[in-house]
Amino acid sequence: MGKVIVVTSGKGGVGKTTAVANIGTALASLDQKVALVDADIGLRNLDVVLGLENRIVYDIVDVVEGRAKLKQALIKDKRFPSLYLLPAAQTRDKEAVSPEDMIGLCNKLREEFDFIIIDSPAGIERGFKNAVTPADMAIIVTTPEVSAVRDADRVIGLLEAMEKEDSKLIVNRVRSKLVDRGDMLSVDDVLEILSIELIGVIPEDEHIIISTNRGEPLVNNNTAPAGKSFMDIARRILGEDVPMNIYTDKDDLFTKFRRLFKWR
Amino acid sequence: MSVIIDAIKRLFTHEGGSKEIAKERLKLVLIHDRTSISSEIMEQIKEEIIQVISKHLEIDKDGVEFSLEGEENSVALVANIPIKGLRRHKKKS
Repeated sequence: MGKVIVVTSGKGGVGKTTAVANIGTALASLDQKVALVDADIGLRNLDVVLGLENRIVYDIVDVVEGRAKLKQALIKDKRFPSLYLLPAAQTRDKEAVSPEDMIGLCNKLREEFDFIIIDSPAGIERGFKNAVTPADMAIIVTTPEVSAVRDADRVIGLLEAMEKEDSKLIVNRVRSKLVDRGDMLSVDDVLEILSIELIGVIPEDEHIIISTNRGEPLVNNNTAPAGKSFMDIARRILGEDVPMNIYTDKDDLFTKFRRLFKWR
Repeated sequence: MSVIIDAIKRLFTHEGGSKEIAKERLKLVLIHDRTSISSEIMEQIKEEIIQVISKHLEIDKDGVEFSLEGEENSVALVANIPIKGLRRHKKKS
């Protein structure tokens, strides 16, 4: 029986979809059978981040409304043989699916997959409830900013009210230089405020932008600090005891040289 | 030229420390979010406390300040109530 994990945040733009894509590919590369479910109906993006946008035939609403079988809608990622995507519908809204539909859907997926990772939409309304209801575990993504941490706190409160006991935190886009200089909340500051267990720290990393442009997951890239961090998170999900490293990008000589002439 | 001036300025002005401001603001905003006391109820509490205190002391009702403040692990309701004058009780002689 597979495990259902929801990735959520409250605030938009903190990196939920990127986290889902990268944790999913990391787990798949560790020989797990993974289904990624895009619950952001009407504003789908997980397909683009994964580079699978041209392969969509059926979507989650087609499955729920009986126009397609689950197996027909699942897109197999050719680069990772054990990774699948169930895309969201683009022309419908969150009301097209109910929390009960999501439970039914996930129970079917549990039989086939080791992990089902749901990409939650931003907000705390119907789409959030759809994404969270079937989950065994919640991963909350935040960045070290007042607005994102505030929304994360609200989401943690809602998850507690829904009796979702297993909630963990990712602090995304940490910029060590700013933290060192006292101009950014540190991971410890965020943990102190939210009092929740940490599952990973992702440094700000331009590799993310490049890989998203290309539609390729970052995890195959061993030099990218964010890629290494997502791989660590996947190992922790599998129960391994991985030390909490904040990886930094070592500038190569060329980059240093270029920076010198740009005054930065 | 301005680039060089900026660079020199940066050398001598102290950057940093905005994190502490962020942390304080965040803590305060979360106190309100978590206690979920509406401003309506806060206003009601304020009115009632003013009534009670007015029985004994002459206070400046417009200068009354009410706020929730957090310290480490506790939250306090802090009221700042300016007193105009003590109402003199007639002493029994």
